[in-house]
Amino acid sequence: MKKRKYSFNFILGTVLLALTLIPAIVGLFWTPYDPEAMDVSLKMAGISIKHIYGCDNFGRDIFSRVMSGSAITVVIAVGTVALGSIIGTILGAFTGYFGGIIDEALMRINDVALAFPSLLLALVMVSLLGSGKYQVMLALGIAFIPSYARIVRSEYIRIKNLDYVKSAKLAGASDLRIMFVHILPNAKTVLLSSVMIGFNNAILAEAGLSFLGIGVQPPDASLGRMLSEAQSHLFSHPSYALLTGCTIVAIILGFSLLSKEIK
Amino acid sequence: MKYVLKKILSCIITLFIVSLLVFVAFALIPGDPALSRLGTNATEATLAAMRHQMGLDRPLAVRYLSWLADALRGDFGTSYSYSMTVSSMILDKLPITLTLMLFSMILMVVIGVPLGVYASYKEGTVIDRIIQIINQINMAIPPFFSGILITLIFGVTLKMFTPGGFVSINRDPLGFFAYMFFPSLSVALPKCAMILNLLYSSLNGEKKKDYVRTAYSRGNTSNAVFFGHMLKNASIPTVTFLGMALADMIAGSIIVEQVFGIPGLGRILLTSIQNRDYPVVIAIIMLIAMIVIVTNLLVDVLYKVIDPRVGNQ
Repeated sequence: MKKRKYSFNFILGTVLLALTLIPAIVGLFWTPYDPEAMDVSLKMAGISIKHIYGCDNFGRDIFSRVMSGSAITVVIAVGTVALGSIIGTILGAFTGYFGGIIDEALMRINDVALAFPSLLLALVMVSLLGSGKYQVMLALGIAFIPSYARIVRSEYIRIKNLDYVKSAKLAGASDLRIMFVHILPNAKTVLLSSVMIGFNNAILAEAGLSFLGIGVQPPDASLGRMLSEAQSHLFSHPSYALLTGCTIVAIILGFSLLSKEIK
Repeated sequence: MKYVLKKILSCIITLFIVSLLVFVAFALIPGDPALSRLGTNATEATLAAMRHQMGLDRPLAVRYLSWLADALRGDFGTSYSYSMTVSSMILDKLPITLTLMLFSMILMVVIGVPLGVYASYKEGTVIDRIIQIINQINMAIPPFFSGILITLIFGVTLKMFTPGGFVSINRDPLGFFAYMFFPSLSVALPKCAMILNLLYSSLNGEKKKDYVRTAYSRGNTSNAVFFGHMLKNASIPTVTFLGMALADMIAGSIIVEQVFGIPGLGRILLTSIQNRDYPVVIAIIMLIAMIVIVTNLLVDVLYKVIDPRVGNQ
C-alpha cells in the first residue's frame, strides 16, 4: 500500500486546529482557573508560569477565559451552522424540487437576504431577539439560512432532471423519498464544503457581534468580547489583545487550510 | 435599455419587500415603545395618550402605509431616545461612514489588484509563493483584529496617529482625512486578500484557454497577451466582486468604527439597537439595503457594458 503523503497545508491546518480546538473542548469541562474568578491582587498580571497568558483587568486568568471563550464560540458556530444548514437544506430542497410561485417568492426574499452581509443580518436579528449566547446562535442561524437554501436549491434543480431521478419516479417512489433518499446524498459534496465555509463565517460573525457588545453577554467569556476589553489596555498590555486575537485567527486559518485540502 | 429598466423595476419591488418585512418584524416584537419612552411610572392614561401621539394605536397596515408615505419623502420619523428626527441624525453621520467606505474601496483596489496581477504574472516563483502565504494569513484576520493590530503597530509603537483622536471634518478637514486612513486600511485589508485571490485564480484560469494559445501563435509577446487579452477577460468576475465587497464593507466599517472610536453610522446603529430605538434601526437598515441594492444594480449594468451578451437570451 502506498503511504499517503500529507501536504503542508493539511499539516499546518491540523496543528492550528489542534492547538485551538483541544483547549476549547477541554474548556467545556475544565479550565486551570475559574474563568470568572476575580482576584484584585492579580489585576493585569503579566505572563508567568502560573498564568501563561497573564491576567485581565479584573485579575481573571486569561488562558482559562480563552479556553472557555473559544468553547462558547465553537458551540455557537456549530449550532449556527446546524440550524442554518438543516433549515436551509429543507427550504432549498422543497423550492428547488417543486418550483412554482412559492419558489419565486422565497427566492426573491433570499436574494435580498444574501445581498446583506451576514453580520448585518445578524445585527438585525439580535435587535429583534435580544442578546445572549442562545439568541446569537438563533440570530446567526437564521441569517445563514439563505445561503444554504440557495446552494441546495440549485443542486436540486440540476439533479431533479437526471435520468436516475426520472426512473425512481417511474418506479413509484414518493416525492419525499426522491428528495431526501435519492437526491440529497448527491448534493452532499457541495453542502459539505459550504458547511466548512459557514463554520468560519459563523466564528467571525459571533466574534464580531460580541466585539460590538451585543453578542455573548457577561459573565460568559467570548473571544470577541475579550478582544474589545483587551483593546482598552492596548498601551500597557498588548499581549492580552494579541493572544486573544491570534486564537481567533488560528481557528479560522486552520479551518480554511483544511477545507482547501478537502476540496 | 429594456434590460436596465427591467432591473430598476425589480430593484424597486425588492426594496418594497424589504421595507415591508423589516417594518412588520419590528412592529411585532414584544415591548411597548410608549412604555420605554415614559418609564414604568407612567399611568395608563398617559401611556394611551403617548401611544396615540406616536400613532401606535392604529392598525399595522395603516401604520406601515403612513410610514412608507413619509419615508418616500425622506422622513423616517422621530427617534425614541433623542427628540431628533431620524433623518437628521443619520445625515449627520452618513458622510463619515461613506468616507470610510470609499477610502477602503480605493485601498482595496489599489493594494489588491496590482498584487493579484503581479502574483499571477510571476506564477510559480518564490515571490508568488510569498504573496500567497501572506494572503492566506491576511484572509483569516477579521477586520476588528486587523484594526487592533494596526492601532498597535502604527498608533502605539510607531506613533503615526493618535488612537481615538478622531476630529470632525468641519474642525480640521486634513486631520479628518489623515485619521481615516488607518481605519480604512483595516476595513480594506481582509478584502484585499479576497480580491487578490479572485483575480489570481481567474487570471490563471485564462492562461489555459484557447484564445490565449491563438494569441501566442500569432506572434504576440507574452506581455501583450497577458495585459492586452487576459487581464480584460479576468476582470469581469472582479467587477462582480466589487459589488459584493461593498456590502461587506458596510459591515466591516460598523465594526472598525468601534475600534477607532469613529462616531459614524455604526455607532448610532449600535446604540439604537441597545436602546431599542426602532425608528432609527429601521431607517439605517433601509439605507443599507438601498446602498446594497443600488450597487448591485450598477454592477449588473456595468457587467452588461463589459460583456454585451449578458441578459440577451
